[in-house]
Amino acid sequence: MSDKIENSKNVTSETKGDSAIRVMGSRDINKLRTSAKIGKGAGMVLTYIFLIFIAVVVLFPFYWMIISSLKTLDEYKLSVPTLFPETIVFGNYAEAFTQANLGRLFLNTVYVGLVSTILSLVITVLSAFAFARLEFKGKNALFAVLLATMMIPGELFTITNYQTVFYLNWMNTFTVLIVPFLVSVFYIYLLKQNFMQIPNELYLAAKVDGTSDLKYLWRVMIPLSLPTLISITILKMMGAWNSYVWPNLVTDSDEYRLITNGLRNAFVESTGDVNIPVQMAAVAIVSAPLFLVFLFLRKYIMKGVSRSGIKG
Amino acid sequence: MSVSKLTLKRDRFEAKTKQFRTKIKFDQWKGWVYLAPCIALLLVFTGWPIVNTLAMAFQNGYDTMEWISGIDFTIGIDNFLKVISYSGFKDCLFNTILLCVITVPISTILALLIAVCLNSIKFLSRFLQTIYFLPYVTNSIAIGMVFAAMFNMVGTAFGGQNELIQSAGIINNILGIFGVEPINWINEGSGYWENIFVMSFYIIWNALPFKILILLGGLQSVNKQYYDAAKIDSTPKWRVFTKITVPLLSPMIAYVVITGFIGGFKEYSSIVGIFGDDMGPTGDPRRLNTMVGYIYNFIDERQGQASAAALILFGIIFIVTMINLYVSKKKTHF
Repeated sequence: MSDKIENSKNVTSETKGDSAIRVMGSRDINKLRTSAKIGKGAGMVLTYIFLIFIAVVVLFPFYWMIISSLKTLDEYKLSVPTLFPETIVFGNYAEAFTQANLGRLFLNTVYVGLVSTILSLVITVLSAFAFARLEFKGKNALFAVLLATMMIPGELFTITNYQTVFYLNWMNTFTVLIVPFLVSVFYIYLLKQNFMQIPNELYLAAKVDGTSDLKYLWRVMIPLSLPTLISITILKMMGAWNSYVWPNLVTDSDEYRLITNGLRNAFVESTGDVNIPVQMAAVAIVSAPLFLVFLFLRKYIMKGVSRSGIKG
Repeated sequence: MSVSKLTLKRDRFEAKTKQFRTKIKFDQWKGWVYLAPCIALLLVFTGWPIVNTLAMAFQNGYDTMEWISGIDFTIGIDNFLKVISYSGFKDCLFNTILLCVITVPISTILALLIAVCLNSIKFLSRFLQTIYFLPYVTNSIAIGMVFAAMFNMVGTAFGGQNELIQSAGIINNILGIFGVEPINWINEGSGYWENIFVMSFYIIWNALPFKILILLGGLQSVNKQYYDAAKIDSTPKWRVFTKITVPLLSPMIAYVVITGFIGGFKEYSSIVGIFGDDMGPTGDPRRLNTMVGYIYNFIDERQGQASAAALILFGIIFIVTMINLYVSKKKTHF
């Protein structure tokens, strides 16, 4: 009985602010809700079991990666695996770092990521501004054409771009890793939508005051759409970090390759009798920055992703 | 009012209009200036490839190196015929479609279940949401290697005659608790369907975060009145799910299914993550090759075939998207 009363109390606090309920007469509905809640208990337990089971499945690979990277090879090969390393060794990390040349590849990746993000942001902001605020002939037609190209799979472009950069003599340079991907129609679209939400009166007022376009862009539009710009920055950096196919095609030395290539090329064999603890250490090193970014900038990533729906 | 005053007014008006006109003209010009870098890059790296791919695909037996040395090609559809009749391509197409057909429905339904459950709880909700999103921010090559390690056998019984299993891999160890004999998932001599199972498992694991995020976002914006009405009628839970939740979420479901299929047809790097550049277990390379993998195989020579394959891929994605849009238009609530 006391349970029931408590439940009904909870329900009342839950329904606060639910205007529809209040209109309909809250007492009857509370009664219904209370009876429903008792049956709900068992359902709740099942729900939590299901959700926690999924969470374990999601987290298990990360857990396995970390503990395997801390094991000795002998311990890893035990036929009855240990769920926590008996002796924790960090030597795998040092070995992975030198074997995959991760230091150099890390610097390359950061360089390519930073330069391409900055240039890409400049281009995206200018284009989005032109589409959102300026009037010129053919604007809508041009924008429609740009959107249409988004439907075409990137692999179709890669065949020709591979030849183009060959003719341009860009093979084995940083240029080849940066320039072909500077324009993203999707980011332009995203930012244009954001810019259009900023009232046009602000722009006209700025015009009356004689503010130049660029100043207006810098002082008003960029600060107001900062969350979108941060989302774009993170996704672009993650894109550089995770890119594999293109760098693999157009570069052939560690001098220009990116970190994912180094990881895959250093450990060609991922099955059979290979030194998995070292591999897992390398994987952990490559994954760590992504987790840090996720930890601190989760909000922007999730916002950017739910609006854009693209993978890095 | 004197005539001179009127003329003065008219003159001033004309001057103003002129000024305004030049301003408009300047605006015209300015728009293109702002767009110049974007358009220049798009012309080179998007526009030209579209034209060139079409040109290469419809020149019989096109090869860039031969073209440079001055060979002319006849126009025709030989490349397409060659690609379609080549058995390797059929395998690629089969693998790609199979992985799509397995992973898209399972991951969508699972994501829907998870999202509904997450939406019904308060305690731990945000924490679990964060955990579920974690696979999204990973590198598909790197985590593919972790999955390979989890399914990998060390010193397999299949490698040599006298070799014994040293470690069957953590997945086999877990299955062993339930009395399942160790299965050769991805090592030398492994079966095709075992490989497909591992790939599907990894792809679903990887696809869940995005789908959960979108579906949960949709659920949170659903009007609570529908559920209260269902409660008054004491509608059973599964009926609420099928008659209220799914119809109200149908636009988001359509969206994740379409993006899922598009991503699925471009499957490539998750396979490289688990099996390496060979795209198959040791001793059977390219067994799990996909459409995209096929295109990359022909990027160095006989680009006509790569172009034809890329156009076929585009055609498939286009048709599947259109079918999805058509079905979802009929079925979606809005």
